[in-house]
Amino acid sequence: MTIDWTSFSPGPALVGGILLGIAAALYVLFNGRILGISGIVGGLLQAKKSDWLWRLSFTLGLLTAALWGKYVFDIQVKPVIDADYLTLIIAGLLVGFGARYGSGCTSGHGICGLSRLSPRSLLATLTFMGCGFLIVYVVRHLV
Amino acid sequence: MSQNTSVFSNASEYLIGVLFGLGLMISGMTNPAKILAFLDLSGAWDPSLIFVMGGAVLVGLIAFYLAKNRTQSFLGGAMHMPTRRDIDRPLLIGSAMFGLGWGLAGFCPGPALVSLGSGELKALAFVIAMLGGMLLFDFVGQKK
Repeated sequence: MTIDWTSFSPGPALVGGILLGIAAALYVLFNGRILGISGIVGGLLQAKKSDWLWRLSFTLGLLTAALWGKYVFDIQVKPVIDADYLTLIIAGLLVGFGARYGSGCTSGHGICGLSRLSPRSLLATLTFMGCGFLIVYVVRHLV
Repeated sequence: MSQNTSVFSNASEYLIGVLFGLGLMISGMTNPAKILAFLDLSGAWDPSLIFVMGGAVLVGLIAFYLAKNRTQSFLGGAMHMPTRRDIDRPLLIGSAMFGLGWGLAGFCPGPALVSLGSGELKALAFVIAMLGGMLLFDFVGQKK
């Protein structure tokens, strides 16, 4: 195993991670919910009227975060997206279906579930991490 | 819930969404190349994601401990906490599919939505497919 020391960024990673934790903390304490993106956004698609506005509010927050970053906090990130469109569409389908089927994603299971010491979330997190390692190995080193 | 509480709770939803998005940006997790560099154990490995998770869970542990026995949120709404403890097949198969998709593109739902907000066309393609996958689950998956 070789570590990519030039890309490794423990400082920003830890600060950003703590912010994610604070967001999840505020969310459970003020709104009484698990901060799980796939659950929040997925429910938006089912469009039950009483259950809609809060989901939309949160989703708009995520969608406008980059604008706050750019115009208020002077934080700008340029994502490097190497995958082609076909790969992105297959990946998106898997992520969307899988997160709903598995009751959560990196935020709901990964951050909140581990913080709640939930055995289901621990297993889910190990499973998606394992499969992530596997597919990257296959795509980058076998094919 | 009173009118005021509802306004506050939706404002809180929005602001926490923004904060979470900023956390993703600062941590580097909105960059698929960085996610893939973490998942590529046998390449030039970037372990940053461990620090992201570590920082988040450290704060989360305290918060969920505090939230555990509450019957109401600070804003007076109900607590919606998961209660399931069983390990079942959907949990494992769903998470496996999720991991494969995550490793193919380097996007998971939060970062994809944040990147869409910064105007990335490729993030738009991913998000549309992701919503399609979720809808597909609503039609197929729940009938079981």
